[in-house]
Parts: sequence; C-alpha cells; structure tokens
Amino acid sequence: MPVSYHCLILSSERREANMAQAPTDPSSAETADPEESSPNMIVYRKIEDIVTRMQDDKTGGVPIRTVKSFLSKIPSVVTGSDIVQWLMKNLSIEDAGEAIHLGSLIAAQGYVFPISDHVLTLKDDGTFYRFQAPYFWPSNCWEPENTDYAIYLCKRTMQNKARLELADYEAENLARLQRAFARKWEFIFMQAEAQVKIDRKKDKTERKILDSQERAFWDVHRPVPGCVNTTEMDIRKCRRMKNPQKVKKSVYGVTEESQPQSPVHLPSQPVRKTTKEDFRKQITFLNMQIERHCLKMSKVAESLIAYTEQYVEYDPFITPAEPSNPWISDDAALWDIEMSKEPSQQRVKRWGFSMDEVLKDPVGRDQFLRFLESEFSSENLRFWLAVQDLKKQPLQDVTTRVEEIWQEFLAPGAQSAINLDSHSYEKTSQNVKDPGRYTYEDAQEHIYKLMKSDSYARFLRSNAYQDLLLAKKKGKSLASKRLTGLMQSS
Amino acid sequence: HHDPTHFDGGLSNRQLFAVHQVAERVEALGQFVMKTRRTLKGHGNKVLCMDWCKDKRRIVSSSQDGKVIVWDSFTTNKEHAVTMPCTWVMACAYAPSGCAIACGGLDNKCSVYPLTFEKNENMAAKKKSVAMHTNYLSACSFTNSDMQILTASGDGTCALWDVESGQLLQSFHGHGADVLCLDLAPSETGNTFVSGGCDKKAMVWDMRSGQCVQSFETHDSDINSVRYYPSGDAFASGSDDATCRLYDLRADREVAIYSKESIIFGASSVDFSLSGRLLFAGYNDYTINVWDVLKGARVSILFGHENRVSTLRVSPDGTAFCSGSWDHTLRIWA
Repeated sequence: MPVSYHCLILSSERREANMAQAPTDPSSAETADPEESSPNMIVYRKIEDIVTRMQDDKTGGVPIRTVKSFLSKIPSVVTGSDIVQWLMKNLSIEDAGEAIHLGSLIAAQGYVFPISDHVLTLKDDGTFYRFQAPYFWPSNCWEPENTDYAIYLCKRTMQNKARLELADYEAENLARLQRAFARKWEFIFMQAEAQVKIDRKKDKTERKILDSQERAFWDVHRPVPGCVNTTEMDIRKCRRMKNPQKVKKSVYGVTEESQPQSPVHLPSQPVRKTTKEDFRKQITFLNMQIERHCLKMSKVAESLIAYTEQYVEYDPFITPAEPSNPWISDDAALWDIEMSKEPSQQRVKRWGFSMDEVLKDPVGRDQFLRFLESEFSSENLRFWLAVQDLKKQPLQDVTTRVEEIWQEFLAPGAQSAINLDSHSYEKTSQNVKDPGRYTYEDAQEHIYKLMKSDSYARFLRSNAYQDLLLAKKKGKSLASKRLTGLMQSS
Repeated sequence: HHDPTHFDGGLSNRQLFAVHQVAERVEALGQFVMKTRRTLKGHGNKVLCMDWCKDKRRIVSSSQDGKVIVWDSFTTNKEHAVTMPCTWVMACAYAPSGCAIACGGLDNKCSVYPLTFEKNENMAAKKKSVAMHTNYLSACSFTNSDMQILTASGDGTCALWDVESGQLLQSFHGHGADVLCLDLAPSETGNTFVSGGCDKKAMVWDMRSGQCVQSFETHDSDINSVRYYPSGDAFASGSDDATCRLYDLRADREVAIYSKESIIFGASSVDFSLSGRLLFAGYNDYTINVWDVLKGARVSILFGHENRVSTLRVSPDGTAFCSGSWDHTLRIWA
C-alpha cells in the first residue's frame, strides 16, 4: 500500500480519538504501529513507494522485459539506464549522477539488483536489473542467522548450474561456516537437500527469478567484502526497532539457538512519573507561550536577510578570503595575519556591527577597554568582563569571586563603583547573600544596556576607532609591510 | 498526485509565508566549487562525532571502536589519541582553551582528558569523569569556559556540569524520549541552548533556571542535529524525515523547510556558513547537500563519502567544514 494512503487512514483515526487535543499535523502511522515510525522504516517505505511506481506500467513505469540471450531467455529485467531515466523524470532529478547515486542506494538496500553481480550498485548503461520480491524486502525486519546462510551456500553447491557457482568470498564463507557448525553440519546438509528438492518442483523461469532474488537477499545480509553493509544500524535508534516477534530470522524455517545479531540496547530506567512540579512547569511554560510577543514572519525574514547581507563579505564560502583560503592554497597566511596585533580594516569594520562583535574579538575588546580607560570610564566594561569571568569559574571558586566583584564594583566606597539604579542594586545585594554564578545577572544586563547606548556609541565615534577603521597612521602601511615580510619569509 | 516523499509539516496549514517568499528579491548565489581538501584516515571504524578547536585547524573526532583522535587537520597529522573503555563514542568536544577534550557514549558518561605535549603522553591516566547519565551520552559541549560542560543523553535529559568537581549544576527535563543533539546560543551574554530529540521536538532552555522557554514540533521523525543561526535568533534542525528546517525564536515557529523529492534518507548533521546564508547538511545517503538558507533551494550536492555522513561542523572562522562518516574517514571541504 503506498505510504501516504496508509498515513491518511491512520491520521483520521487518530484525529477522532484525540478530538480534545491540540491540532496535530497528519503524521506517520505511529499510533497503530510504533515500528512504522522508526527511522529505518521511514526510508524503506519511501523506497517501496518508488519501486512500486517504477514497476507500474499503467503510470509510466520502467519497461520490464524478457530478453533473449543465446539459447536462453532472461526473464523480467530492466536496464540500468531505464531506471536512471525513470528516476530523473519522476523524482525531478536534474543530474544523472545524482540519479545513479540514489539508484545505487536503492540497490544497496536490497530493492533492485544487477542479475550478474553480487555488488549492489546501479550503472547507467545496458546492464540488466531485476526488482526484489516483497517477501525479501528489508522492511520485513530480516535478521537471517548463520545457519540459514550455511544452508543457502550449501544448497548452491548441490545444484549443477554455472550461474549458481560460488564466488571466492562465498566459498571462503562456506568453509568458515563448516568449521563453525562442524557438529551440526549433517542437519544443515539435510536442510539444504530439502530446499533443493522444493526448488526443483518450480517452473524453470520462476526458478531463475527466485534464485536471483534469493541471491540478492544474501548480498544485502552477507555483503561482498569491501561493500557497505546497509543492515548496520545506528545504535541510538536500535531500542525502538525490534519487536522480537516481528523479527524474521530464517528464510528456510530453521532457527539457531544463539545470541541475537542486532546490537541490542538496554532500555533506560522507566520514565519518571509526572509530578505536580512537572505540571507547574508546564503551566508556566504555556503561560509564557501565550504572553510571548511574536514577531511577524515578514519582519523575521527581513531580519535574517539583513544579517546575512551584512556578514556575506566575511563568509569565506561566498566571498573568497584574502589573501587566500588556507585550505585551498595550503598557505596559512590568513591565520598568521589574524594572530597579529594589527587588525585589518575588515575586522575593525565588524566591530561596528554590534557591541557583541567588539566583545567577542579579543583585539576589539582590548581597544574598547583602552578607549574607556583613556576617558576614565572603564568600570562598566570591567564589571561586565568580571561577571563573564565569574561564570567561567569552577564551582569552588565562585563564592570568593562574587565577594571580590562586590568589593571592587558595588560595595559602598568601591574603587570602581558602577552606576546601578536602586532597584537593580537592591536585587543584587540580596543575591550576594546566596552567591552563585548568576548572582550578578541582573546587574550585568543593566550595565550591558548602558554600555550599548553610551560607551559603545562613543567608542565608534572616537578617533582611536575611526583611525583603525580608515587604516590611517601606521595602520595600513604597517600591515602591508608585515604581509610582504611574511610572504618573503615563507 | 500524492507525494509521499515530501512530508508537509508545519507550514501550509497555518502560515502565510516562509522566508523564501520574502527572499525572492535577494540575489541568487553563484556556482560553488567545493572540494575535499583534506582526508583524515586513521579511525578503524565508523566516525560518529567531531569538533573544531578554536585555533581553526585542530579537530577532535571519535568513533565506534572507542578511539578518540586529535588531529591537526591542516597537516593531517594525528597529535593525540586515546582509547575509551567503551565502544560507540557518540560525543566529543574540544575545550575553548584548546587544552582538553571531552567525550563519551555507551559508557553513559562524559569524561574530560587534558591534552599535554609530553613525548609519551598517557592520556587515559589523566582522565576525569564529569557527567553521569542513566543512558548513552549523545552530545556534549563546553560552555564558553573549560569549567562547564553541557550534555545530552539517551535518558531523555540534558545536564550542565562543573568540570572540576563533577557536580551537577542544572538538569533539563522535558523531552519525551532520547535527546540526540544540542547547541549553545552564540551570544556573548546568552544563557540558552537548544536540544533535539527522538520525540521530534526541538526545545530551547534557560541554563539558569532549567526551564524550557520555547518548544518546536514540526518534524515527522527524530531530530538528529540542531545548530543556531549565527545571529542566535534562529536555529536549523536535521531529521530522519529527510528534511532540514529553520525555526525562528522571535516568530516562535518554523520559517523554512529544506527538502527535495529525491532526498529520502535522514539528515544526520547540520551547520551554517559564517554569514548564515548557507546550510551544510550531511545525510545517511552518504552525501552532503548545501542549501541556500534564504531561498530554500539546494545549491550543491557533494559526493565523496562511501557511507553515512554522521557529523558535520563548520570551522570557527568559516573557511572550511569537516564531515565525518561511517566510512571511517573525515573530510575537510572548502
């Protein structure tokens, strides 16, 4: 069933069941089957939709034909280029390379396969491919065990057909399995014989197709050495995936008494029960949501656009870095220049974008501080820096630092007294009684706003800053002398 | 005609527009030539995580076989290596000072290793256990100091720790399932971070109170990666639903979705270029797609990795980005 139809049915059922709840988006079929929403399954369903559409000749699927070859026929095949063309047309892919890549992944996952190769990739040529039988689809949660694989390799050796001859790596695998299962080899041999008997009863053409599909199945679960094993899983996602009853461990109906092969991950402690505190938090949160003043989409978009436009000249991916991008030129000159004490014009310009830019750049911060010191008004910035530093301290040093900051900046008669409004001062005095990393948050916010409107604006107008910006004085010539010096010495 | 490969999440049923409609007037980007400039080989198994040092060239990477390696990726030299006592080291981070690294995974812990430059350095001996969760560690990040670490875990919580004492400073409860990723807000005065989880939610937290201040739920599957837009006003997410999305904090909603019919595998890791104009996203289909954040279109697709791309970060000065993959390698692109 195509996945979206499946979704529509289940989401309407869900809506009926959850009328009172906040509107939800039509989502995947998770209420019916938690397995369906697991990350691997989402991809499988998408691929299944693609291969189903590909095989549907009523709606422009690929041409699947029986091809005559020497004295025999090759049933039910399609060429690689037909698949590539279909993907490009139906999934709006402009580049053939991209279609080949996607097709190769679909093959590697086990949904389509080359009839004459164990390696599961897609080629954009006349190579023949066949579609995998839904029985063998990965979405059936296959985890075939080694006994199964042994039976398979064993039966291949029993059938006298050139096309079923074992490849080198398969022969090696078989030898290894014979050693591992030495004691029960008789059982495996018997199972293989039984399978051969069953296979012989089938129609010749049907057998060709089934044999190839079975081989492709094993190419996924026991890939050629060097090929990606697409059955490998991200361990973080394993927990939700395996309903043990759903896992299929055997193609031939036999199970091994062994450890499960999938990386099983221990479930965490049961999620703790919702407490009164949790509900209080939720209420606070919801109130916050309601009271929040949200900006309109247009305003937000304009803001994002303005930001990128301002910074585009600093973005090395868009505006090539000067003198060069070290990664491209193999020359670290750019980094050497940045380490020097002489900031470039471009770097100085950036300090003018926002106070955060000055504070973020150690050279900018230093310039800002020196300017304020020259005006004997550096206490605000030094307070701000001290509070930033406080937050970086290890826990055990916090109390001491809080006291030091109080003494220097806030205590009556403090050496570098900062100017706080009475409300802020009151609050801070209270906070100091229970010292922590956030004792001065309120005061810091206040001082930050003050600096932004006062000190920062004055700094930008100052001669010191303007000179750097216009690269006057020694600035420019010194920088270029340094640059030539660097280039000569390298 | 239905399109089951495109899950129409948040936008069409309640919004008037998305960013790209307003951005129609913005000049289109030119052609990009991005290539692999360095390939780092040395891990013996899937690379799961990486982080840049502030010096713009060193990186730390961790893998499934328990190895954590520090590289000077400019020269491709390995400078430090340590083997963790557990496999699947899913998280690693470089300290702001450049003098330590943090990592963890199936051991449920986050440990800090100081980096020394001794000839026969024994990193394992100096190991300090900092965070303790009740399930796997999925992400970790130093705050703007070597003294605090923020962690995310499969136990559904995030936590802030004091490195020196190992004490829990604040815990963050609210996700309904495993938390897979986190990112700290870039502001100098910021005290917030965003996390993403298997409950399909992205949540923004106040580090001081432990309170969730904003929550977004429009993805159809696990959120594997979250990253702030450089201004701090928005963040991007990458999910197993094969889409990346942009959420704006001021609008309190999803404002863009980055998807294509032909992209059907999950996005594992996302990051912005310095100006925020480009979004680099690594996928489980082995590729990296480069998106025009404003216009919503894909500008480039990068092939090269031979297995899933599991981690991706732009360098601190934006001159390159690094991708790590299940193919055991890391690549630097510029």
